[in-house]
Amino acid sequence: MTTPKKAFPTHIIVFLAPAVIIYTIFMIYPLVDSLRLSLYAPTPDNPRVEAFVGLANYQKLLTDPLWAPRLQGAIRNNFVFFIVHMLVQNPIGLLLATLLTSKVVRFRTIFRTLIFTPTILSFVLVGFIWQIILNPLWGIAGDILGLVGLDAEPWLGLESAALPVMSLISVWQFIGIPMMLFSAALLNLPDEIIEAARVDGATAWGVFWRVKFPLILPTVGIVGVLTFVGNFNAFDLVYTIAGGLAGPNFSTDLLGTFFYRTFFGFQLQAGNPTMGATIAGVMFLIILAGVVIYLFGWQRRIARVEY
Amino acid sequence: MIRRETLSRDVQVILMHVALLAYTALAIFPVLLVIINSFKARQAIFRNPYALPTAETFSLVGYDTVALRGNFPNYFVNSLIVTLGALILIFLAGSMASFALSEYKFRGNALLGLYLSIGIMIPIRLGTVSLLRMMVDLGLTNNLFGLILVYTAQGLPLAIFVLSSFLQEVPHDLKDAARVDGASEYRVYWLVLPLVRPALATIMVFNMIPIWNDLWFPLILAPAEQVKTVTLGAQSFLGQFLSDWNAILSSLTLAMVPIVVLYIIFSRQLIRGLTAGSVKL
Amino acid sequence: MIEDHLDIFIYRFLSVFARMRYSFTTLLNVEAIVKKVAVLSLLLLAMLALAIAPVVAQDNTLVIESWRNDDLTIWEDVIIPAFNAQYPDIPVVFSPSPPADYNGLLNSRLEAGTAGDLITCRPFDASLTLFQSGYLASLNDLSGMENFSDVAKSAWITDDSSDVFCVPMASVIHGFMYNADAFAALGLSEPTTEAEFYAVLDAIQADGTYAPLVLGTSDQWESATVGYQNIGPNYWGGEAGRLGLIDGTATYNEAGFLAAFEALAKWQPYLIDGYQALSYPDAQSAFTLGLGAIYPTGSWEISGFRANADFELGAFKPPTPEGADTCYISDHTDIALGMNANVPEAKRANAETFLQWMTTPEFAALYSNALPGFFTLSNHEITLDDPLAQEFLDWRGECESTIRSSYQILSRGEPNNETDLWLYNAQMLNGELTAQEAADAVQMGLATWYEPQMGS
Repeated sequence: MTTPKKAFPTHIIVFLAPAVIIYTIFMIYPLVDSLRLSLYAPTPDNPRVEAFVGLANYQKLLTDPLWAPRLQGAIRNNFVFFIVHMLVQNPIGLLLATLLTSKVVRFRTIFRTLIFTPTILSFVLVGFIWQIILNPLWGIAGDILGLVGLDAEPWLGLESAALPVMSLISVWQFIGIPMMLFSAALLNLPDEIIEAARVDGATAWGVFWRVKFPLILPTVGIVGVLTFVGNFNAFDLVYTIAGGLAGPNFSTDLLGTFFYRTFFGFQLQAGNPTMGATIAGVMFLIILAGVVIYLFGWQRRIARVEY
Repeated sequence: MIRRETLSRDVQVILMHVALLAYTALAIFPVLLVIINSFKARQAIFRNPYALPTAETFSLVGYDTVALRGNFPNYFVNSLIVTLGALILIFLAGSMASFALSEYKFRGNALLGLYLSIGIMIPIRLGTVSLLRMMVDLGLTNNLFGLILVYTAQGLPLAIFVLSSFLQEVPHDLKDAARVDGASEYRVYWLVLPLVRPALATIMVFNMIPIWNDLWFPLILAPAEQVKTVTLGAQSFLGQFLSDWNAILSSLTLAMVPIVVLYIIFSRQLIRGLTAGSVKL
Repeated sequence: MIEDHLDIFIYRFLSVFARMRYSFTTLLNVEAIVKKVAVLSLLLLAMLALAIAPVVAQDNTLVIESWRNDDLTIWEDVIIPAFNAQYPDIPVVFSPSPPADYNGLLNSRLEAGTAGDLITCRPFDASLTLFQSGYLASLNDLSGMENFSDVAKSAWITDDSSDVFCVPMASVIHGFMYNADAFAALGLSEPTTEAEFYAVLDAIQADGTYAPLVLGTSDQWESATVGYQNIGPNYWGGEAGRLGLIDGTATYNEAGFLAAFEALAKWQPYLIDGYQALSYPDAQSAFTLGLGAIYPTGSWEISGFRANADFELGAFKPPTPEGADTCYISDHTDIALGMNANVPEAKRANAETFLQWMTTPEFAALYSNALPGFFTLSNHEITLDDPLAQEFLDWRGECESTIRSSYQILSRGEPNNETDLWLYNAQMLNGELTAQEAADAVQMGLATWYEPQMGS
């Protein structure tokens, strides 16, 4: 028996080429071209000419009293934003997915479509409508809270409350995504297993935690890392509601708004492309760290069940 | 014994429906508010946002403005071309690349996978000027195809990231069986694709929403009247001091419709993909 | 023990059944796949055809870049037709962008070469930087520029006054608008001094039907622009004070500038409920719905309020402090139009024609009447149809004019003086800072980079 000659794997190239080419030309090249600006700074004599300064911009971002507090605030706010999503959005998304994939629930398709609708909305609409609902003058929040004896505060205007409230609005908008991913994973589980477990006497709770959840762990990981990446890149909602300055007093400032404000300028403040690129560089490193932790800390560890 | 179980079962089902109804109300109430208010006169919106349009407050002024100003039917067509075009390219290029990454062990596989996910880690607006310059050089400004390429490039990292994970769960035995039967790698790829239909449908949905609702890249790359997208057309109602809220609500409400339709189509694909497999043995 | 067996059992169960499931699937789907490929390819081809169809080729239409989405209908229905009545062969299109993104967008477009032919200019440094980068053309030779005073041109001229780069279009005047019906109902008259102002506010608050002052701090700019910069000139003596800041003889945390912070801080108890979360559109609606009596604002609001308020509107100028004999108003050079330095040769003459038309008395009257509240910066005498606009304009004769303190030179560095004024005034009105603390913070920010203020 002759060993078949290993043909040159042209098919691998064919499969990879379109994606790699389009991605490299229209995404990587512009980003890298702009990211390298973070290694340059305007020369003191002629601000229009930029010179290579190595990592000086990064040092400035981390230590200068003008930049460091903003960076720390933005990173801290991003973590709060992320934690709210992990604790509220993903568990509720999982719960909804479980309910919507359960055979005993009726009108599943209608529920699914209606619950997904907020995700479809433009940020302008989301900002507009929640600002009306939470509005101290004609908002409904006051009336609803009045029913349980609480007072409505102008939350979006208070430093202590603006960020959590905005995170919750974002959760409301995007819960459809984990719901959809979890639904796909749950529906993929063969019914036979569930039936077998139920016949063996497991309760619904037991079936979920002992059988279903372990089998969808890969999806739980994906949802987690997507939430991380999405949250640390978040920009549009805060920009629409609180503007480029992410008020009140930078309490809703995320890395995304910090980057936009610095790179493109704000009102009379001229844009600062070199420091803006530096902030983007920091965002890249943070998100990369999160993704690497996911890839090597989680994805490799969980047993892949092929079924 | 059995009685207690079935009762608890019924109570469980009722509770599940109640939970779903409650959340659906929370999800849909603001959307209904938007739609209701798009049919009210401007002052009526703020005077009482929760009231249904009455004979006095009912007004189609928003929809009139949308019909008269600009060319919204054209904007819709442009948005559809850009969104569907990008989705098709993401589907093809993304699924092919994910298949190659998950199936073949070659040197640099892991590195390439990481390379292809870098795109989601950097704020895309960073590359604005660079991208615009390049599009000018390529002659792709004010051109829908340029937008399609840009959105494809943006959607690929996430698509590949998620699809690779799902493709890895497809059993090897099936693919090997096909190869033994003489199928080429391309055939194997086509056979495997329907097995990850749920993931594909999910990716399509993930991408279509930000592409449809995106304001920035049409503004930068294709602001000309003939190639305006719906979101770009709607932004002209947002003023420095005076915004035409009626027109904004109306235009964005109308803009919701195609997306909801597309979502229904894709989520059907998701379900079909999963139930197609449950053939009776 | 049972757990271990359960796992293995599950795994075996899964693989066996799953494999059977999938092989059936593949057999059934072959035909469907072929059909789908055909449909997809056709769809893709159709889209490609539509997408890469050449867009209308470059013609000689002049494109005007602007942030004034608000004015789109006016330009399309009034201004451009008036221009074309005189110059029918020059097509012009007004192409505004979202106001919040305008600066970033414009810079990106200019850098890449896709910007329009005529550029709406922000006052002072934002446009000066564009000129110094070579994006705006010098307009020294444009006939008609002599119709503008030095003050008018000051926002669009180089520091050494050698090159002017935009044709001044309009200024806006700050003041207070009020619900005249509410005033009549409460028997109040327009206040002129600070004491009268607070008497009026107290009376409105005591009555309880209306909120005394409708001002939100959520968007932050109002606190500075229609708060601090509105009443401030009366405290720092207008131009004298502002120029003192520039040459270092005056500081934000002393004398007139500090007094202005203190005066603004006194507004806090009279602000409408929930003002911390009110955005500018909310404040507009609150006023036009009759929830509040007085609206600190600028003249830009006239047409909007006319359209939406169903009560009589009145206006009064910023109240003067005790013992002041001159009054000052913020008459701010706001908007101008310049020419893209890289406009194609074929269009250059047309662009200059348009700019030249903007220096004529016809344009001055047309613009100021089409957009009441935006007052022409030219020297031409015009009469305004709108009485409220005329009232604002009359204040020019009664009071000394000045511009906002932070716009000339003081916003060139980081931290940005204008942004600081927004930040600290908003926090002060929210009760987070005292007037002295706010003033100190603004002064400190300026002193970190502005040399004449360093060491103060």
